[in-house]
Amino acid sequence: MGAGHAHKLYKDVRSPVHALPAHCKLAAVFCFVVLVVVTPREAVWAFGAYAVLLAAVAAVSRVPPRHLLTRMAIEVPFVAFAVLLPLVAEGERVTVLGVSLSESGLWGAWNVLAKGTLGVAASVLLASTTGLNALLLGLARLRMPPLLCQIATFMVRYADVISEEMRRMRTARVSRGFEARGPRHWAVLAKSAGSLFIRSYERGERVHLAMLSRGYTGTMPPALGDGPAARAQWARSAALPLAALAICVTGWTL
Amino acid sequence: MDSVNRAAYPADGAAVPSLEVRGLAYAYPDGHQALFGVDLTVERGRRVALLGPNGAGKTTLVLHLNGILTPGAGSVTVAGLPATRANLAEIRRRVGIVFQDPDDQLFMPTVREDVAFGPAAAGLRGAQLQERVEEALERVGMAEHAHRAPHHLSFGQRRRVAVATVLASRPEILVLDEPSSNLDPAARRELADLLGALDVTVLMVTHDLPYALQLCPRSVVLGDGVLVADGTTQELLSDAELMRAHRLELPFGFDPRSVTAPVA
Repeated sequence: MGAGHAHKLYKDVRSPVHALPAHCKLAAVFCFVVLVVVTPREAVWAFGAYAVLLAAVAAVSRVPPRHLLTRMAIEVPFVAFAVLLPLVAEGERVTVLGVSLSESGLWGAWNVLAKGTLGVAASVLLASTTGLNALLLGLARLRMPPLLCQIATFMVRYADVISEEMRRMRTARVSRGFEARGPRHWAVLAKSAGSLFIRSYERGERVHLAMLSRGYTGTMPPALGDGPAARAQWARSAALPLAALAICVTGWTL
Repeated sequence: MDSVNRAAYPADGAAVPSLEVRGLAYAYPDGHQALFGVDLTVERGRRVALLGPNGAGKTTLVLHLNGILTPGAGSVTVAGLPATRANLAEIRRRVGIVFQDPDDQLFMPTVREDVAFGPAAAGLRGAQLQERVEEALERVGMAEHAHRAPHHLSFGQRRRVAVATVLASRPEILVLDEPSSNLDPAARRELADLLGALDVTVLMVTHDLPYALQLCPRSVVLGDGVLVADGTTQELLSDAELMRAHRLELPFGFDPRSVTAPVA
């Protein structure tokens, strides 16, 4: 599933990780992230161990490291926040290279940076090995509320249609000599956004009509696709969170 | 299913028409009246074009056929089954509407899931559902695109998949809203070949008059909320006065009498 649904995050290669059912992978990543978050920040080695685990999964998945690393750039704003923490936090201060830094702030920054990076890396890895469509089916299989699943499905389906509409409106504006140069032109942009909203709303109504015409009564029929995952697949998916559990427990006891 | 087929073919052997509309009138909640008593019968297996200018009430009529709109007066009957609230699910299965914009019609992430939507909503599961999907995609020649996302298809391909999404429910009547709009000539011809080969009752709403002539032996003209003409397509298109009176215009240089029209 999900093949042919080209997406910026997904990397279409064959690997044991790609072959696992989406809901197993979702559950594994979720457990992994929870374990990382509850690990005490003082157990610095544990985070290194987690990173090694992820690197191992990445190696098995045959997703090029470059693909993963460039997509982790989404974390940058959080890094900026982490860098600020030692400068502004209260508490005992230490001097590093002539700059007075808060000790608790430094720990806080480390905490955000380490756990955040691991979380983002795990999610990027999940998204690189699982098609969007398969992810949605996986969420449905994990009993995510059906309404949320439907909303996410429609978002995926119509994001391109709506951005295409936005592009056409932009072309129409530019063709008539409009260029947004300053606040005086914001009114035009605001009106464009408004009419895009109305167009999308009307499309929503038409889509709803089409759904009703084909027998929609408020619930989506169950998806076509693979049956429930085999025990072996669950066991393979559990390798990552189980290893992480061992590290987490050691981190607490040491 | 058997009981349905028996209902369509009563003991005397005469088939019940696929669609029977009697005295249908409708006014929108804002008071604008769109239909003033429409009578229309479409016999089983026939292809009929519904012609009329914009604003004549074509879309309003179509939305009555599967119970999206409830008639103010009159009735709609599909293969003997009245379109009432109690029969809504079966009526919507029997009337397959293909809307004008395939992006409205195809709302699922992949072609396969979209085609499966109707039959799955009707309760089909597993291998049966799979079979139904493959059969419908086969009929429109899109079987090899089953796994693709609708927005990665060409417009003509999307329109064909839209036809498959309703064929999958094995409808009694196929209702097409402007099937040829936005198609390039090759895609237009491909769709015509496909529709011509389908063994199903068709009601085609259009103002593409040559297309109507090519595909539908019979046409009806809707003007200002009533049916103003009913006859063979060639006859109606050749009636210059009727055409002028209802803002129906043939493309430049097109003479409906110069082509051999299909016969009913």
